[in-house]
Order: sequence, then structure tokens, then C-alpha cells
Amino acid sequence: MRRELIKFALFAAVALAVPATIKGGYLLNVLVFVGINTMLAVALNLLLGFAGQISLGQAAFYGLGAYLSGILTTTYGWNPWTAMAVAAMAVGLLAFVIGFPILKLKGHYLAMATLGFGIIIYIVLNEYVDVTGGPSGFSGVPGLGIGNLHFDSDLKSYYLVWTMALLVMLLAVNLTQSRIGRALRAIHDSEVAARVLGVNARLLKVQVFTCSAVISCLAGSLYAHTVTFISPSTFGFHFSVELLTMVIIGGLGSIYGSCLGAALLTLLPEFLRTFQDYDIVVYGLLLIVMTMFLPGGLVQGFEMLWAGIRRLWPGRAGQDA
Amino acid sequence: MLDIHGITCVFGGLTALDDVSFSARAGEITGVIGPNGAGKTTLFNIITGIYTRSAGRITLEGSDISGLPPERLTRLGLVRTFQNIELFGKMSVLENVMVGLHTRSRSGFIACAFKLPQHLREERRIREQAQELLEFVGIADLADMAAANLPFGKGRMLEIARALAVQPRIMLMDEPAAGLNSRETWQLGDLIRKIRETGVTVVLVEHDMELVMDICDTIVVLNLGRKLAEGTPRQIQENPEVIAAYLGDE
Repeated sequence: MRRELIKFALFAAVALAVPATIKGGYLLNVLVFVGINTMLAVALNLLLGFAGQISLGQAAFYGLGAYLSGILTTTYGWNPWTAMAVAAMAVGLLAFVIGFPILKLKGHYLAMATLGFGIIIYIVLNEYVDVTGGPSGFSGVPGLGIGNLHFDSDLKSYYLVWTMALLVMLLAVNLTQSRIGRALRAIHDSEVAARVLGVNARLLKVQVFTCSAVISCLAGSLYAHTVTFISPSTFGFHFSVELLTMVIIGGLGSIYGSCLGAALLTLLPEFLRTFQDYDIVVYGLLLIVMTMFLPGGLVQGFEMLWAGIRRLWPGRAGQDA
Repeated sequence: MLDIHGITCVFGGLTALDDVSFSARAGEITGVIGPNGAGKTTLFNIITGIYTRSAGRITLEGSDISGLPPERLTRLGLVRTFQNIELFGKMSVLENVMVGLHTRSRSGFIACAFKLPQHLREERRIREQAQELLEFVGIADLADMAAANLPFGKGRMLEIARALAVQPRIMLMDEPAAGLNSRETWQLGDLIRKIRETGVTVVLVEHDMELVMDICDTIVVLNLGRKLAEGTPRQIQENPEVIAAYLGDE
């Protein structure tokens, strides 16, 4: 328990100290997206890494959050925070309602159903031009602020997004170590055994799906207010696959791994500009290589590295044995 | 306590169970035996809501429980173990038992995510209770081991501890001695008696005759989906039909 808290505190300290160590405004801007993607990857990991339920429609919840926030604030003049809360509640309700029929499905069928849901939302965002602005996007979303504090610079956005991301990570870590987290992992390992022990697998799966949708929706709201311009192409199938890649590369079932995966996949394209058009190929290759050689993700890689270092250290090795 | 009335189960053209009825009395150990393919495991899967019956009725202390899903049955006090132990392999031994305590704790998503005080209290209580259960079955020293790394015999003990965690009134065990050596089987027999002494009714499907004859109060014999006989171990041992079914009759 305590060790977990120290680990989190260290991580949070590093995350909040990062802006002080970099000069370039552009990199800081990218790191804001790492924060948003971390929230999304953690949300998907709760569903996939813990409960073992796949979703290929995560980008839809993200998109709904962005568009609901954008439309409510820009078209209807709502307060951004109210809009964010209302969007989260609406998306939560939607996920809860569609969760019951969808999560009855398993494996490939669940993947197909969530994929279908993602495509439906994508089409709505594209075609409902009067409200969403259609393929050409929706602009003029106001920035966020608290009183006189306006999150109008990359640095301020960084702190806003990362505060949220760290909060989500902390809550997710807590959740996974509780009775709910144990029940989810139990469902993942053997659903029938979990049910025999009285775990209401069906309800829990719907609840974690809802929880995952709400976090994704919040990330979408943050995205809309940070970028101020949104278009449907950001929230398509392609992005759902990218999220899946983040979670798997980072490590299924590891919250910190999700952050690593999000960081890698957000920063990598920036460094590999030449791959821009082929990035989906690169993601595919990364996925194949990772699942073949490092199924536990980057986190497993680090753990193996750490164990290796400790073995090289004769003095320490004795203590471990 | 548990009454099975005329259970029939048909898979396609095959009748796996044909009009099987018997009762497990409270506080007793009831054994269900029979040659391979007699329908023992099918019967268990029907009672515990994993398979659907074609006809018949099951009651627990008079109330109808036929066709209820496993998680509902657990809340009514009926729990089971599996022939091929179904442990949560990636979780520790202690955590496995803590999952068994799921129904005896109630913190929701919010309480767990925010570590509210009642959740922390509950978590401490669950941990202590899980530890006690591990002591009861005799594997407390393995609490922190990953369940997947347990030797088979210890895994069986863990599965029993986990099932006891739901505080059942009746426990169904599907071939608990399968895969155990003779020493482990003796320990298992002692454990099952100890479980009965705590007031839990036990029904078990078993192939190990020595164990069944030793610990059961009543034995039900199934053969080819039908009930062949029912009685005390002595009556069963002397029943010519049972002997014929097991040894083949001429």
C-alpha cells in the first residue's frame, strides 16, 4: 500500500517537473497530448487489461466528449465546466445502456460490436453537418479557465491536463487494488469461477465499460478546449487502434505502462516524421513485435532489465535470494 | 436441504440425465458416484446454473432454485468447486480468497477509487478473513505466492478456501480428490469432515471409492444417466446392481 503511494508520488513529481527541463514550446505542446492520451490509454486498460474485454470504439467516447463540450460551449454558450460534467454524465449513461447488450458478446464479436459503435459515432460526427460542422470540423471552442486563471498557454495547459491525467491514474491504481479490481481480474482469468464466487460479472463489465467511457469523454472535453478546433478524423477507427497499441505496448494491466505506451506512441511520430503516412504500418509492426517478444509490454521489459541489473550486482543479489 | 426432483438433461439426441431425484440432508456429506459418463458432472453443472436442464426441479431448503445463474446461487448459500481447479492464476493465493469474499463486502467504484475510510476498513477485514481461511485449509504460509505456481494439491486446498469464503450453507465439490496423491487425499478427507463440523452441508462427486466410503453419510449411485441406488456406504457396497455396474455383469 505505502510502496504504491511512494511510487505514485515519485511519478507525479517527475511529471510535474518535466516542463522546467524543456525549452521548446513545441515539445511541451506534444506532452500535453501525451497527458490526454494517457487518460485514454488508462481508460482502455481498465477494460482490456483488467476485465479482459476488448473495445475498438474508444475513440467514439473521446469524440463524443470533444463534440459535446465544443457544441454546448460554442453553440449554446454553456460554462465549459458544466458542459464537461454534463457530457460525462450523458456519455456515461449511453455507455451503461449500450453496455448491457454489447458486453454479452465475447472475443471477436465484442470487438466487432464496439467497432460498429465507433463507426456509427464517426458517421454521425461527419454527416450531422448542421450541428457538428461535418468533415470540415468545428472551430472556435473556448479555452478553459478558473476565475481569472485562463489555461491559454502550453505550460498552463500542460499542468491542467496532467493534473487530470495524474488524478485518473491515481484513482485507477486505487481501483485495481480494491475488491472491484480483484473481481475484474478474476473475470479475466475465469469468468465462470468468478461468477460461482458471487461476482456479478455482467454488471461489473458494464460498470467498468461505463467508467472507461466517462474517462475517455473527459479526455475529449479537455482536448476540445485545449486545441479549440475539432474534426471527425481525430476520432475515427484509426485512433481506436492507436489506443489499443498504446495499451498493449505499455503493458496490459499496468496503469503506469499505459502512460509509457501513450508517451511512446505520441512522441514517436514526432520523431519519425518520414513515417507519417505509414504510421499504421509501424503500429502494426510494433504490435506484432511486442506480442511476440514482450507480451507484458514495456513495463515487463523494464522489470526484466531491472532484474538483470540486480543480478549483475553481487552484493544485492545475495539479499534478494 | 438440497432436493433434486426428476432432473432430465438432453444434449441433442443424447440423454445425459434421465429423471434423477435425490436429497442431500443438512449437515451431512452426500457422495454422488458412478462410472465415467454416468452424468455426475452434468448434474453438478445443472444444479449450479452452468448448464440448462430439460426437465425437473431443484429446491434449496424448500425454495425453487432451478435455472438460477451461479452468482445468484452463491448469494443463497450454494457454492461449488471445479474438477479442473479454476484458480485466478495471475493473482496471489491470498487475493484468490479475497475474491471469494466479494459478496461479503460492498464498496463500490467510487469508494474504491477514492479509498474512502469504510473501504479501507473493509479491505483490512477481508484480508484478515482471507488469511484465517488459508489457515483453516493449511496453506497460510503460501499466501503471497502466485496461484498459478501452486502445486496441484495446494491449488485444490486454495479452491476450497476460496469457496468457503462465500460462507456457504452447502458446498458442491466436483471430484475434489482428482489428481491428489494418497496422503493429500487423506488430508482432504479430514478437511471435508472439518467443513461439515462448521455446519456446511457437503455434496461431492468422486471417483476415489476409499474416500467416498470413508467420509460420506449417504451415497447416490448414477449409471448411464439414471439413479441406480441410494443409501449408506455399507448398503451401497452390498448392492448387487452397483457391483454389476462397476464390474460389468454377466
